[in-house]
Amino acid sequence: MDALKAKYLDRIASAADEAALEEVRLAALGKKGEISLRMRGLGGMEPEARAATGAALNALRDEIDSALRARRAALGDAALDARLADEWLDVTLPARPRRQGTIHPISQVRDEVTAIFADMGFAVAEGPEIESDWYNFDALNIPGHHPARAEMDTFYMHRDPGDPRPPAVLRTHTSPVQIRSMETQGAPIRIICPGRVYRADYDQTHTPNFHQVEGLALDRSLTMANLKWVLEEFFSAYFGTRVKTRFRASHFPFTEPSAEVDIQCSFEGGAVHVGEGDGWLEVLGSGMVHPKVLRAGGIDPHEWQGFAFGMGIDRIAMLKYGIPDLRSFFDSDLRWLRHYGFAALDMPALHTGVAR
Amino acid sequence: MKFTLSWLRDHLETEATLDTITEALTDLGLEVESVTDPAAALAPFTLARVLEAHQHPEADRLRVCRVLTDEGERQIVCGAPNARAGIVAVLAKPGDYVPGIDVTLGTSKIRGVESQGMMCSEREMQMSDEHDGIIELPSGEVGERFVDWLAANDPARIDPVVEIAITPNRPDAMGVRGIARDLAARGIGRLKPAPDVVVPGSFTSATGVTIDDDAREGCPLFLLREIRGVKNGPSPRWMQDRLRAIGLRPKNFLVDVTNFFTHDRNRPLHVFDADKLRGNLRLHAARGGESVLALDGKTHVFGAGQIVIADDSGPVSIAGIMGGESTGSGDDTVNVLVEAAWFDPVTTAYTGRALKLSSDARYRFERGVDPAFTRPGLELATRMILDHAGGEPGEIVQAGAVPDTARAWRFDPQAVERIVGMAIPESDQIATLAALGFEVRDGMAQVPSWRPDVQGEADIVEEVARVASLGRLQGQPLPRPEGVTRPVLTPAQVRHGAARRQAAALGYNECVSYSFIDRAAAVLFGGEDEARMVANPISSEMTHMRPSLLPGLLRAAARNQARGFTDLALFEAGTVFSGGEPGAQEFEIAGLLVGRDAPRDVHGGERKVDPFDAKADAEAVLAAIGAPERVMLRRGAGTWWHPGRHGILGLGPKVAMGVFGEIHPRVLAALDVKGPAVAFTIWPDRVPLPRKQGAARPALVLSDLQPVERDFAFVVDRRTEADAITAAARGADKALIADVRVFDQFEGGSLGAGRKSVAITVRLEPKTATLTEAEIEAVAAKVVDKVTKATGAVLRG
Repeated sequence: MDALKAKYLDRIASAADEAALEEVRLAALGKKGEISLRMRGLGGMEPEARAATGAALNALRDEIDSALRARRAALGDAALDARLADEWLDVTLPARPRRQGTIHPISQVRDEVTAIFADMGFAVAEGPEIESDWYNFDALNIPGHHPARAEMDTFYMHRDPGDPRPPAVLRTHTSPVQIRSMETQGAPIRIICPGRVYRADYDQTHTPNFHQVEGLALDRSLTMANLKWVLEEFFSAYFGTRVKTRFRASHFPFTEPSAEVDIQCSFEGGAVHVGEGDGWLEVLGSGMVHPKVLRAGGIDPHEWQGFAFGMGIDRIAMLKYGIPDLRSFFDSDLRWLRHYGFAALDMPALHTGVAR
Repeated sequence: MKFTLSWLRDHLETEATLDTITEALTDLGLEVESVTDPAAALAPFTLARVLEAHQHPEADRLRVCRVLTDEGERQIVCGAPNARAGIVAVLAKPGDYVPGIDVTLGTSKIRGVESQGMMCSEREMQMSDEHDGIIELPSGEVGERFVDWLAANDPARIDPVVEIAITPNRPDAMGVRGIARDLAARGIGRLKPAPDVVVPGSFTSATGVTIDDDAREGCPLFLLREIRGVKNGPSPRWMQDRLRAIGLRPKNFLVDVTNFFTHDRNRPLHVFDADKLRGNLRLHAARGGESVLALDGKTHVFGAGQIVIADDSGPVSIAGIMGGESTGSGDDTVNVLVEAAWFDPVTTAYTGRALKLSSDARYRFERGVDPAFTRPGLELATRMILDHAGGEPGEIVQAGAVPDTARAWRFDPQAVERIVGMAIPESDQIATLAALGFEVRDGMAQVPSWRPDVQGEADIVEEVARVASLGRLQGQPLPRPEGVTRPVLTPAQVRHGAARRQAAALGYNECVSYSFIDRAAAVLFGGEDEARMVANPISSEMTHMRPSLLPGLLRAAARNQARGFTDLALFEAGTVFSGGEPGAQEFEIAGLLVGRDAPRDVHGGERKVDPFDAKADAEAVLAAIGAPERVMLRRGAGTWWHPGRHGILGLGPKVAMGVFGEIHPRVLAALDVKGPAVAFTIWPDRVPLPRKQGAARPALVLSDLQPVERDFAFVVDRRTEADAITAAARGADKALIADVRVFDQFEGGSLGAGRKSVAITVRLEPKTATLTEAEIEAVAAKVVDKVTKATGAVLRG
């Protein structure tokens, strides 16, 4: 029995591969294996001898079986190690390509502006880009003869020569949205109106389409001082640094008093640094809403007063992100889109900060 | 509006520096656009005396001069005919920048003779166009700074010129005196009293004036004064200097006088040569078609209703805008008629715009000239003409009357604080208004005649605040909404944002294109109709409002391909137009894939983009905006799509939420895009908003029972749509069948031409008990039956 055991354990130990091991298993434990045959021979034995031999054979079978398993596992491990050793990959090869999309700076900045003003209670109002001259001009206290009409470089839509209607205009500002919002919502109101506007102008710093965001707040007792606070809070949040503003008297037909607003900046090294230095940069027009404009929007100027302001989205995007050329915004140059664009998941929010 | 510092000082007594003045102007709303200080460019130059001048040995026109300078004697070669011994000249030394020739001097040899500097002409100093010779000063010491000499002897030549932007509401600031008045109100000096001049006439002019009834509105007041026996000619030096400094070319004295008062007092005037006029002047509304050769040298044709100034021969002037060439004054004018009139701003603006004719007069009249100053202005001009050109003044001929613009608004001392949020003592407010010419009495502010812009209480507030300075304004917090900030975006706005971010997340680069496209692109996308045409486009590339975002994206793709980028994923989200009226617009999001789905790479997985890429992305964007999952696909979208390779993503048979597919090859060729190109367009606002429900999701029911999948392959006609097969299969047992998916398709081969095999997998999810083989077989049989009946399919064995 010991010889038998030694023989098989020895053969198991020296089995070089799975097949050799299987051969050993069949020779020992297969149907016609040596140990199986012996166990079959137990039937002809005396009960006493049968018990003793049977137990010994069972023990032998179990021992050989676990030796087989152990050897098989060892062989498997060795084979795996050998395979893995062979499976060398040049991991410096480039990854599988994945397209990386981008959000245009105009969309990103629009979202940033929206996030900041939303925190101050401003909703977002939108309106048609093709407007009637009433909404674009008359309602905003710009009558037909007003020089501002000529100065705005207005685009008009085609009219047949016989058509008596005044031509529709491509809105020269998003202010018509203020009128439409006053008409539908009345006061009190806090809105910003971001959107595309049109001026017949094309040169280094002008494109025939650009983007504005205007704001309107009406209540019982809002003042220009509130306007200044709102703008300083906005610019500080937007640029991520404390920004002072300077109000200068000016004139817009739709506000009274009117002010041009400069933001604090330095021009050191040929670049604009907002919130630093003692220089000023004009970025915005604003004022207290003209009583005539309130009336045009169906709001009683004796009951309600408030402020309005407007600035260029493209322009504040250029300032913040250091984009030199306005015209490049509209060129869709892939290199530009990748360089100045934003990741899809970079959704501006106040709790994460709006500056990227 | 330009003026010089000394001109301002004619009206304003002040010791303030130029910087103080310009800062105050900008703060007051008279924004300074530029300050030109001629002294700055002249700073390096000194005076020198020519000791000797010899003929240059090699050049007839050059002289070699020995010149005494503050640094001793120098040799200078000079080509000026007046370079001669004894004169005092202006010297530029090596290293100095000479503005008129834009050169920094060095030492040079001119025809072999060394020249150690340059004696300059006025043109070389950029002081005038004078270049007949070098500057020759009547006095001055060697070494004296040229600017110091000018300050003492000819200050006008270094008079700083300020240019300010005038907002349309401030016609009063289009005269130097108005600017001075604003500064005085701010406390920068004192407004000098204006001379009150009346020149009695000594004869009655032969020329009369009438205003027809139809011209009374356009011209309520017309004054004319004849002055006989004047001696016209060039203006005195001071006048020429002034006009040149502000960019006007002096003409002759009489014309210069009109320009002077236009800028000095915002009082446009016109001078007729009395001997060139025939009979009387008559103002009337044009019938239309009359014409006049104006001073700009062009013939202008009047439109009906425009105001004509005519003599017996016909039109001689365009009222308020420009005089006629034939009756203007020249050097030889002896008898002059000076016109001072008040033209209505609205009429003048419309006429000027219609005639496309700009002038200093139009600019002023259309913004509003002081009507009360018409006669005083004429008297001042008369005085000046008499003083400098002599002559005998006639009596003023007047037609019409000064329009009454008198008005007063309530003066509420609290209003500034209530509206602007700035506290200003009442006495200061009253002082400011008084300084601006308002009369405050009994709680009312009477508006001065030169401020047509002041049309209500708000304007009074503005005047007080602006003079006090908005720079003093301190911010005050805007009351914040209580509690946590509430969401402000509408569901539609949220969707637009979600669609945009999803497209970027799918790997598309967002573009922003112009809303304008060219006619050729408009034709390709069915938008060449006149409704979408811009009346005054700035270029032939920008004539139509875009009917779709695709032409812009395709043009962008072509530009990028030209730059060497062949594989592109571009998208845009913006407005497209269905017409030319307010409201004829819609929000669209469009994506374009061109070339391969990825750049060529070592893993070899890239392939050409196909309509199913576009479909996947369209579905992802629709999912992002919460569109229903089940869409009805149909064909028949616009002609810019490949007719067989596109689908309309319909919500029912009528509403198209979007389209995906391959762009028509002819469109690609026309727009210079190398294909393949596939795209999608989606109109998010057409997707109905989900009915409002709480945030809670429906309960999730999970079954522990084993689901079963069975595969089927059907042979059908190749134009049978897979959708028909899956829909039929799904209908076999709506309770048990959870999902039907196509997982394989092939055409031809053993199936024969025109046939294809479509393999589907049907997933059964039992709800109550594990399915028996018999139950499964029963469902499978129903699936086969339904599909066969619906599509004529044959089950592949």
